[in-house]
Amino acid sequence: MKAFSYERARTPAAAAAAAERTPGAKFIAGGTNLLDLMKLQIETPQHLIDVNGLGIDKIEPTPEGGLRIGALVRNTDLAADMRIRRDYGLLSRALLAGASGQLRNKATTAGNLLQRTRCPYFYDTNQACNKRKPGSGCAAIGGFSRSLGVIGVSDACIATQPSDMAVAMRALDATVETVRPDGTARAIPIADFHRLPGATPHIETALGKGELITAVTLPKPVGGTHVYHKVRDRASYAFALVSVGVIVQKDGSGRVAVGGIAPKPWRVEASEADLPRGAKAVAAGLLAGAKPTHDNQFKLTLVERTLGAVLAEARG
Amino acid sequence: MDFDEFTPSRRGVIVGGAVTVAVTTVPAVEAQVPRKQTMAHIEKVAFEVNGKRRELALDTRTTLLDALREHLDLTGTKKGCDHGQCGACTVIVDGRRINSCLTLAVMHEGDSITTIEGLGTPEKLHPMQAAFIRHDGYQCGYCTPGQICSAVSVLDEIRRGIPSHVSASLTDQPQITNFEMRERMSGNICRCGAYSNIAEAMADVAGEKA
Ligand SMILES: Cc1cc2nc3c(=O)[nH]c(=O)nc-3n(C[C@H](O)[C@H](O)[C@H](O)COP(=O)(O)OP(=O)(O)OC[C@H]3O[C@@H](n4cnc5c(N)ncnc54)[C@H](O)[C@@H]3O)c2cc1C
Ligand code: SF4
Repeated sequence: MKAFSYERARTPAAAAAAAERTPGAKFIAGGTNLLDLMKLQIETPQHLIDVNGLGIDKIEPTPEGGLRIGALVRNTDLAADMRIRRDYGLLSRALLAGASGQLRNKATTAGNLLQRTRCPYFYDTNQACNKRKPGSGCAAIGGFSRSLGVIGVSDACIATQPSDMAVAMRALDATVETVRPDGTARAIPIADFHRLPGATPHIETALGKGELITAVTLPKPVGGTHVYHKVRDRASYAFALVSVGVIVQKDGSGRVAVGGIAPKPWRVEASEADLPRGAKAVAAGLLAGAKPTHDNQFKLTLVERTLGAVLAEARG
Repeated sequence: MDFDEFTPSRRGVIVGGAVTVAVTTVPAVEAQVPRKQTMAHIEKVAFEVNGKRRELALDTRTTLLDALREHLDLTGTKKGCDHGQCGACTVIVDGRRINSCLTLAVMHEGDSITTIEGLGTPEKLHPMQAAFIRHDGYQCGYCTPGQICSAVSVLDEIRRGIPSHVSASLTDQPQITNFEMRERMSGNICRCGAYSNIAEAMADVAGEKA
């Protein structure tokens, strides 16, 4: 690890201002992704701003009938909150499918959304990687790309965003709330939060320099049956090859979001109109324009079949 | 506190990440390296470990795991992968199990930390330690402190009603079943494959049949 100075931030606005002002500064929340990457010198912050003492760790009702989840709410506490379990079951299910009990006890809502890719070439500092070192190339393209993305990818990067939680947040139409270094707040719809790589895969989200996530809000519950299936190489404690989250209503309408296939939680609202026609029709719309590699084209079939299984379960 | 305020004899030691190498290769007083890049940052932190208050001045890079092992001589907690993947470093902080390798010691100001040494002693074993012995819940023993800290926490998490990936219902109280315990223990890897005996030990402590 490279040396860094350390401070405990006192207010969200002060944290954002310090992050803009201090060269090489980064926030640290649970630390479960950042420290992993710092040990490998993939992340080399010169200054860490500890946001754990900011008091933004509560889940509160919103005037609109939804919930406001503080950025520092731990993954365990979010998954175990009775309001989430009852009204936003998809979110509990996605969280519980991710990482381990120990990690979920530390991992935060904001940190989970911002966790970086698990592309093996991103992790190997001997390899070319445009995300880790802009302009150096992409060793994954033409390399072992079984775990990587099939849609939304570019010629510069085919990595996936690995968060399970983000898939549920996308289906639930969550909003990311932030404070900027000048003290102003803004709200970013989850659909616009993660960016597609294009020619700049190192820019992963809509956040500006120093911008701090303060909360993620969920709109009023939409009811329906919530199901999350994660397909992975072992039964527990592994990242998704493909994951599918659905919310299906009695009248057959619903929402579908998919993880493990794209640089962001993948949802194509227009394809959801095909839900009454079944998984094949929906998957065709969801995956239109996909550009799989030889190694990961199986993911296209896997999405369709997993969606089929999820819909069968949701419809009882 | 920064580099300049620290004692001169430490100057040669605190260079980059290669602390131990520097001890033998760099003259003790002046390090032959450009200052700005290699400056280590020392911070004070105080927390409670196994009921005892401990105060430390640490390089900010020190993980909680290294603070316990290298600075407090509590070597019961083990370093396996050092990347949160194996669970050997599991300790209980403010009543919750965490991977001590993926957290900085300086982030634990005021916290209360329990390690395997704090759960029980050879004279007075924690019921889970005794059950691991009774059921042969280990072979080489390296992952065992983490397994035991996790196992104690898992039973507590089930009692507190926290659901898991395999819980059939999200809203019902989860039950202490073999299936539940196996899923919840998946963050602790055992190279010797003592898993089934670990689950037996846990079931014994929980007062149920696995
Ligand atoms: C072995 C292992 C297995 C895992 N398996 C899974 C899995 O199956 N599924 C899954 O989804 N995840 C998995 N994870 C990833 C885990 O979910 C993330 O590490 C965790 O959610 C990150 O949260 P954190 O609070 O620890 O983030 P940190 O490591 O503290 O921070 C991550 C990033 O977010 C930034 N940040 C933190 N808080 C804020 C804020 N409030 N505002 C702005 N920026 C902020 C930090 O600067 C940093 O860049 C796994 C991790 C490990 C180590
Ligand atoms: S896919 Fe993206 S993250 Fe992976 S090596 Fe290529 S540029 Fe890097």
